[in-house]
Amino acid sequence: MKIAITTVAAALFVSIVRATAASETGATAPVAPRFLSDTGLYSNAAKLKIDARNRTFSPQYPLWSDGATKRRWVRLPEGSMINVADLASWELPVGTKFWKEFSFNGRKVETRFLWQTKKGHWVFASYTWNEAQTNAELASESGIANIAEIENGKRHSIPSVSECRSCHDASRTETLGFNALQLSDDRDPNALHAEPLSRDMITLRTLVDENLISPQRAELVTNPPRIAASSPITRTALGYLSTNCGNCHNRDSSIASLGLHLKHETTGTGSREPGAGECTPALATTAGRRGHWFVPEAPEESRIINPGHPESSALIRRVKSRRPISQMPPIGTVVADSQAVDLLTSWVQNNPDEWRDIVARCGTKS
Amino acid sequence: MRLTNIVLTTAIITAAILLTAVLSTASLQADGAGGAGPVGKAEQIARGKYLVDIMGCHDCHTPMKLGPNGPEWDMTRALSGHPEQLVMPPAPVQQAPWMASLAMTMTAWNGPWGTSFTRNLTPDKETGLGDWTVEEFIATMKTGRERGKGRPVLPPMPVQNLKALSDTDIRALFAYLQSIPAIKNRTPQPIEPIDQK
Repeated sequence: MKIAITTVAAALFVSIVRATAASETGATAPVAPRFLSDTGLYSNAAKLKIDARNRTFSPQYPLWSDGATKRRWVRLPEGSMINVADLASWELPVGTKFWKEFSFNGRKVETRFLWQTKKGHWVFASYTWNEAQTNAELASESGIANIAEIENGKRHSIPSVSECRSCHDASRTETLGFNALQLSDDRDPNALHAEPLSRDMITLRTLVDENLISPQRAELVTNPPRIAASSPITRTALGYLSTNCGNCHNRDSSIASLGLHLKHETTGTGSREPGAGECTPALATTAGRRGHWFVPEAPEESRIINPGHPESSALIRRVKSRRPISQMPPIGTVVADSQAVDLLTSWVQNNPDEWRDIVARCGTKS
Repeated sequence: MRLTNIVLTTAIITAAILLTAVLSTASLQADGAGGAGPVGKAEQIARGKYLVDIMGCHDCHTPMKLGPNGPEWDMTRALSGHPEQLVMPPAPVQQAPWMASLAMTMTAWNGPWGTSFTRNLTPDKETGLGDWTVEEFIATMKTGRERGKGRPVLPPMPVQNLKALSDTDIRALFAYLQSIPAIKNRTPQPIEPIDQK
């Protein structure tokens, strides 16, 4: 009897130790498969036919990726719902998958894959397309440098997983292009690089109509989110900055102490968004602010945004730069976004009355 | 007899749970995820000082001055980076096979990347690492980017070597750097190469 009890106790001990070891090594955690064709993107891999359960979408303010043509898909597990109780930070169901395909000069180069394998845990992977464009294979976690020509000797690199996480882990939600503002049906007609919506693309209306969100929020359709701004160009500029800068520069980021908050936070819908007369964080932390980086040619006048003076606005100077020493964003791009430079220059240079009002109500000093 | 068995079983299970807890804690500390207690803190700081000394951090982050026997570190400015008062003139133009030039203080370097100035590593809140978290410091060392996501850390910082540091050693480095006297010294931002616009 004593031996039996001792044996049971010993077995219990061993199982506890094994369970502890397994949880530390993550030995049982799912990993990205070797080939893209095994991730569930296609229903017919030979014909690259997209599985009908994977829904395509297009964020209204796309991220600049050196002019890459992008296609995106999401798959929500059958019968699951997205928790949108916090509009600024959706909770996607476990099992959700995202794919984003990048093409340059008409050729597929890489497809990135995000997969939530357990609550709050996402697998990050990128697949490199083969020469024949028939399948793509898992890239090294350390990325692949200079894999494809973009233009004039500039080449695209597949980022490392740690580089992926440097943006995706900087916000409360790892998925960056799939949120209330990006999927809003009240799309900004002037947004840069936006793809036209096709019939099969899902938006907030789709999610509401198909009962894919919880709690039900009909106002996401009747009064969809939008960036409230005192002029169309301010709306467009803030949308661009939110996507291209706000994923690192936001109040929840590990670099929040820099005091630059460019992420648009969807706190309500339509008319319940912060009004045009209010001071949004993106304006409060930039307009007339000194910042810690100064335009070299105008160190005294330099401000993050110097209203009326794009030449001494550090934000524009860094968006324009593609030198590692000063470029913004610091990763994921080797070609400056000339349309964005033009937009931001025009925005800062013109509209003196609007800027005077912004500076006055945001309490900044120039 | 039954009571003896229950006591024995309880003792074995308790021992198993305690041993598991000890093993888990040891494992966490080994990979650097654990914190340091009061005694551990002193050891951690001592380890950090040792690493700073042997890894050559002073070489560039403590300004050199001319002493009776030649260049020596100005330890009144230990680890405070390029002196704010020393405004550098434009760097000389390099002709191949020359590639880089450096200031007499060894705190300013110029090369194809532009001009870099060594950072203030003291815990001054405004100009040093006083407002950094250990996570930001680890991320910087591991990725070779400012706070893990900004611009690249510039030459001559040997980021390729530092990536090999263990988290435990990076935590020790940070603990030591946070323990030294804070020196207010705002180091300049790097300067882009001449052809940059």
